[in-house]
Amino acid sequence: MAGKDLTPPATQGVARPLENPIQWFHAASSVVSGKWQCRSMDMASVIFYLLATLLVISSLLVVFLRNVVHCAMALVTALLIVAVLFVTLHAPMVGILQVMVYAGAIMVLFLFVIMFLNPVELERRRGVWWGFGTILAVMLACVLTPMFIIDESPANPLAATESFGSPEMLAKSLFNEFVLPFEIASVLLLVAIIGAVVLAKREH
Amino acid sequence: MVSPEPSSVAYDLLRWMPLIPLLASGFNLFFGRALGKQTAGALAAAAVGASFALACYVFWQLPAHGIWRDTLYTWIESGSFQVALSFQVDALTAVMLLIVTGIGFLIHLYSLGYMAHDEDRVRFFVYLNLFIFFMLLLVMGDNLLILFVGWEGVGLCSYLLIGFWHHDHNNTIAGNKAFIVNRIGDFGFILGIFVLVTELGRQGIWTLDFVELQQHVKMLEPATITLITVLLFVGAAGKSAQLPLFVWLPDAMAGPTPVSALIHAATMVTAGVYMTARLHFLFILAPATLALIAVIGAATAFFAATIALTQNDIKKVLAYSTVSQLGYMFLAVGVGAFGTAIFHVFTHAFFKACLFLGSGSVIHALGGEQDMRKMGGLKGFMPVTYWTYLVATLAIAGVPFTAGFFSKDLILWQTFSHGATGLWSIGLITAGMTTFYMFRQLFMVFHGECRVDAHAKAHLHESPAVMTLPLVILAAGSIFSGWLGAPEYLWGSRWEHWLEPVLGVSEVHHDSVSTEMIITLLTLGVVVSGFLLAFVNYRKTGAQTGSQAGGGLFYQISFNKFYVDEFYDLAIVRPFTALASFFARIIDPWVIDGTVNGVATTARRFSNIWRYLQTGNVQHYAAMFLTGALALLAYFLGQL
Amino acid sequence: MVALHHYLILSAVIFAIGVIGVLIRRNLIVVLMSIELMLNAVNLTFIAFSRYLGSADGQVSVFFVMAVAAAEAVIGLAIIISVFRHRQSLDPQEMQLLKW
Repeated sequence: MAGKDLTPPATQGVARPLENPIQWFHAASSVVSGKWQCRSMDMASVIFYLLATLLVISSLLVVFLRNVVHCAMALVTALLIVAVLFVTLHAPMVGILQVMVYAGAIMVLFLFVIMFLNPVELERRRGVWWGFGTILAVMLACVLTPMFIIDESPANPLAATESFGSPEMLAKSLFNEFVLPFEIASVLLLVAIIGAVVLAKREH
Repeated sequence: MVSPEPSSVAYDLLRWMPLIPLLASGFNLFFGRALGKQTAGALAAAAVGASFALACYVFWQLPAHGIWRDTLYTWIESGSFQVALSFQVDALTAVMLLIVTGIGFLIHLYSLGYMAHDEDRVRFFVYLNLFIFFMLLLVMGDNLLILFVGWEGVGLCSYLLIGFWHHDHNNTIAGNKAFIVNRIGDFGFILGIFVLVTELGRQGIWTLDFVELQQHVKMLEPATITLITVLLFVGAAGKSAQLPLFVWLPDAMAGPTPVSALIHAATMVTAGVYMTARLHFLFILAPATLALIAVIGAATAFFAATIALTQNDIKKVLAYSTVSQLGYMFLAVGVGAFGTAIFHVFTHAFFKACLFLGSGSVIHALGGEQDMRKMGGLKGFMPVTYWTYLVATLAIAGVPFTAGFFSKDLILWQTFSHGATGLWSIGLITAGMTTFYMFRQLFMVFHGECRVDAHAKAHLHESPAVMTLPLVILAAGSIFSGWLGAPEYLWGSRWEHWLEPVLGVSEVHHDSVSTEMIITLLTLGVVVSGFLLAFVNYRKTGAQTGSQAGGGLFYQISFNKFYVDEFYDLAIVRPFTALASFFARIIDPWVIDGTVNGVATTARRFSNIWRYLQTGNVQHYAAMFLTGALALLAYFLGQL
Repeated sequence: MVALHHYLILSAVIFAIGVIGVLIRRNLIVVLMSIELMLNAVNLTFIAFSRYLGSADGQVSVFFVMAVAAAEAVIGLAIIISVFRHRQSLDPQEMQLLKW
């Protein structure tokens, strides 16, 4: 494949054909940042913070809403936002898969089951346990965060090739180095299907 | 002291002397019942007879300065310390061999008659042969460890034989007592061996061989040698019934009379004397210990004689007499006259065995009666027994030209001439007492009116030939065995010259013949006065007069053996058993079991607390996972 | 530019929120949904590292994580159905038979 370099959109106003969503994104961000040049941050950061905020809010909604269906909806939202984050990270294939498999199939399955079981009552309100669990989780976050800041990975991303994150790249890895896990994953899915059918059968 | 370097010759015949009795004992143990009682006994006696024949041959062939050695195999090998199972025969051992096998053989013959009606005859002969084996091991061992094995072995056989009639519980108690008191002595013995080995080892010599010990023992410090010899003497005191460990010997009379004759008169109890003679080179270097031995010997002789004065059991008198004579032997050892002590062992074996066998003959004839107050006038019924008993009594009293005269007078002369006048006087008085109680016994048993019970009188008879023949032989020995050690003014002593290669140059002082004669006359005077005292009191009327007239308090104390047993019981046995029962009732169940069970109970209690952690709630479990993970993460964060 | 640790902290926060959900909620279905949330946080970490290290392995891992998450969600829901049939309840606190 001919590697087409993604030239930084420093030259504004020059008409170039935009070939993939990445280029669209970067073109758009440069346009917006061009309009908003008084800001200290650039566009990428702004979009990141926006998405991050939305993600956190929807996660909290998943965990703290009392109606199950509402929780499911919040989860769908969270999954879609994560898909967008994947796209900004130059993983469009995985992002599409996230939408199709996670938000599409798995959440539909969740909703099926919710409707099937039809739990009409709302959950009982909290006990002391709520506080304890929350405190534990907060402690976890506090412990993890310094670890990640001290981390030695490169702060800035490397220059990415155009095909990074494309289906070709993914397929190359999947069928060369990771072919055995690939096959095992398919067996796993088969087993899951059988298991689900057996477990959920109505007893006679 | 100079010991000429002996020539050592290996001689394979030696091992058969102990082995034949051992084999006979084993054979009787397994096949005795099949053989039948008569044959089993005859086999046992024949085995000892074979050993005696070998001993005679060895004695005849042994050159004056010779040591014959027969090594079987190396028993212990630990670095440079080696102990071999090896037999050696020199002049001293040859004498002891003759005593052990000769008198042993006679007593085996006697037992064929004495135990004729006993159901357990086979077991008796098994034990008796085993005893001969161990005793031979003791006298023939060429190192201190083999001697000790024999030492322990004869203690074991003594226990087995004292408690031979074990259906009567008192006999087993007596056997226990003998073994335990012996053990106390053995404890000292073992400590002595340990100190000897380690102290010599510190100088670089690792050995327990007698010949090598004799060469190297001068290297040790005097204080160490004193310690070793004191400890070894503790062992000898236990085995040879000296003060304060004599209490087992009178109780040992519970065993059959042949046992009393062989073990507790002629052989086992003399093992202590033999051991000190064997290690004379060590004891010579510790004059303090020798003084101690002399004092204890004299005190024991005197003390036991005072108890024998009032006893009514025929065997108890002889038992205390044995203790007293052993005291004489140790008195001789204590003044350094080892050859004299062995001489007294030699003569004492003859007349004491004769006395015991004679008393056994009386007991056998009376159907088991042992109280002298119920005897009397047996002279007419049992002439052979009477005459041999008389000869032996003359010997033990020290009447001139009997064996006891020569050996006992030699001891008294040695004591006097080495300067221990106080001890000599004690020995002199004891000689008088000995005469008194022995003749008292003779008169009470064989003279006077016959006080025997009617039914015992019915089957009163002289003993069969198999029993009287040994008596006659021993009586002859009681006279002539002493002629080997006569003083200079008579026909001289062959005894010292015989033992000279082993024990060094003879220590007998021959300076003043006249003093020696005076001492002998003094002794004779004391003996005669003792005889007269007994004659007056006991000749005609037997037990009625004399004893009660002797004075209330003294009689009571003497009759009750000075309450020594009661004192030991109060001072030692009771606190010990109290301590043992304390341990058994409190320490064992509460402390030891309590600890072990306590560990289990504590574990169970903790489990009971921890099980509440399993609530069954999945979310609780997830929280516990998280807590653990948090702890780990925090730890690794701290490490960064 | 967005540094790597921004993504990682975001991921940690989402993970913690998912943990809250697992520990607190008394509806089994919501617990399962919180688990999915946690898995997504992990996926985000993988993709972020993949981008910043320039390696495709991260994205392949996410692929497999998704497959496994799907299988797990299916089985989990089947179990929930089965349990609901027996106990008529979705409250984990009412299912404490395996206690001391």
